[in-house]
Amino acid sequence: MNNVFVYCEVEGGKIAEVSQELLTKGRSLADELNCKLEAVAIGSGLDNIGQQVFPYGVDVLHTADDPRLEPFTTLPHTSIVVKLFEETKPQIALMGATSIGRDLGPRVSSALHSGLTADCTSLVIGGHEDKKAKKVYEDLLYQIRPAFGGNIIATIINPDCRPQMATVREGVMKKEIRDVAYEGELVKLDVANYVSDEDFVVEIIERHLEASKVNIKGAPVVIGGGYGVGSKETFDLLHELAEVLGGEVGASRAAVDAGWCDHERQIGQTGVTVRPKLYIACGISGQVQHRAGMEESAQIISINTDPDAPINAIADYVITGDVATVVPKMIKFYKQNTK
Amino acid sequence: MKGLKVIVLAKQVPDTRNVGKDAMKADGTVNRAVLPAIFNPEDLNALEQALRIKDQVPGTTVTILTMGPGRAAEIIREGLYRGADDGILLTDRAFAGSDTLATSYALAQTIKKIGEYDIIIAGRQAIDGDTAQVGPQVAQKLNIPQVTYAEEVTIEGEKVKIVRRLENGVETVVAKSPLAITVTSSAPECRSRNAKLLMKYKHARTVSELQNETQDYTHLYNDRPYLTIQEYTVNDIEVDNEQLGLSGSPTKVKKIENVVLQAKDAKKLSTSDEDISELMKELVESHVIG
Repeated sequence: MNNVFVYCEVEGGKIAEVSQELLTKGRSLADELNCKLEAVAIGSGLDNIGQQVFPYGVDVLHTADDPRLEPFTTLPHTSIVVKLFEETKPQIALMGATSIGRDLGPRVSSALHSGLTADCTSLVIGGHEDKKAKKVYEDLLYQIRPAFGGNIIATIINPDCRPQMATVREGVMKKEIRDVAYEGELVKLDVANYVSDEDFVVEIIERHLEASKVNIKGAPVVIGGGYGVGSKETFDLLHELAEVLGGEVGASRAAVDAGWCDHERQIGQTGVTVRPKLYIACGISGQVQHRAGMEESAQIISINTDPDAPINAIADYVITGDVATVVPKMIKFYKQNTK
Repeated sequence: MKGLKVIVLAKQVPDTRNVGKDAMKADGTVNRAVLPAIFNPEDLNALEQALRIKDQVPGTTVTILTMGPGRAAEIIREGLYRGADDGILLTDRAFAGSDTLATSYALAQTIKKIGEYDIIIAGRQAIDGDTAQVGPQVAQKLNIPQVTYAEEVTIEGEKVKIVRRLENGVETVVAKSPLAITVTSSAPECRSRNAKLLMKYKHARTVSELQNETQDYTHLYNDRPYLTIQEYTVNDIEVDNEQLGLSGSPTKVKKIENVVLQAKDAKKLSTSDEDISELMKELVESHVIG
């Protein structure tokens, strides 16, 4: 069969945003490869999950429905996915680069001895020629991701092992319904055949879940601060500007590491991906990992003392100067121009 | 409570957080030689959790296991200065080109050689690859449970209690050893070097390092066996050579592109009042903001 497979994260009967994005990507890969799109949802109370999943163009949905399977724990989900992959032999398997997918993915890949690439920013089908082994491969999954601190972009392939596994962060792929009336097949797995009692040795005793307080993904304007902001005090100016413009503050990894900003505001490959109408990059040099999270912004302003900062190359407006000087002026002149 | 045997998996990594212009060669590739080699930051968070278990449960020993070139012995010394009991350097050309799966195979086979252990603890991910795969893959190969994204590890009788930091909240789990844990960067920072331990271990060396010493310290190492850092090669562990290095790595790098940006036609502005005022006016008029 060798289909494309997506592991869907579910909680409280709802399929995660990232999984919907991956189903969309999975559908387009399946179209290109001329194969089916399959998905698996593992959790509890999954009666309505089909309605949420099939419209993305899913041909076969496998469900494992058991109170013990939610919330997620590693071992039972691994057992189910490994056995299901052994049975269905997918050529490609996609998971969210979340605390679930990045826990489950490596475990599954190790059990199946299949290659896994974390945090891909792009997935493309292409061929490959291994000149040494004199072998030609067709229709491999190019798993593309920044590496080495964002200084290079690597294209990774898994020529011989299946499935070709990749994780992708939320927001990287776009979600799109294929057909609200799409008809797929629902396969309810007999959970007892897939898990054993030993899979439940790790017990969750307490959970405090909170919806992320900041919503930088949905903000029309995002002010991104980098290491070049220079201090916590100056960084606080960005919040003022965000408030005035009705936006949110984001940060590069360096600014988060410096302690100027919460981790949940980190933008980039290892943070969130944003596509605002306006992105104001303040003191951000523009490593590729950061750019991966913001380069699709409609308009980009870069404020940087370094006229050759790499981010300037993708900016629409480049202001060469100090953040502490420019940001207060932006606040002042915005107010003047909207009176 | 009986002391536990804790193994910390650590990696020496190039400090990719501060890649300056001098770190890029003229042809656009990364010049690893100029990047400082450091103790992977989250592995230090993991070491701290291991040392806290040692503080909590007397008789606990903490062993650092690292795979890498000869100079990776530096991070074992760094761990000894902070309270680890001993270390093992796994080093061999046969491991070159390993992806995460081949790496975890080599580490798991080394842990099997070590024999008894209660907790394997590692940083969630290394900053040169950011994959977060080796911890769970080692756990799978040892057939033990894993708990990832740990922020706090405490021993409660026969059980291990772990607080996990997830993207949308906090979860507390209990598990039994043997167990593998990966620690995230929001966990407490590692304690600093201890002056006494620094004096005690500053001459700690692997056998290869000793061979390069100009002075003969043989008597010192005979008298103080703790100064010898164990060094394993592929011959010291039981392995299937097919699973090592490049041949044991299902993932291959097809292409590496250096990051070259294509310049757009950007409007260049100064910090003058006129320029900033004009910019804000333009943005408001084009309904980008406001």
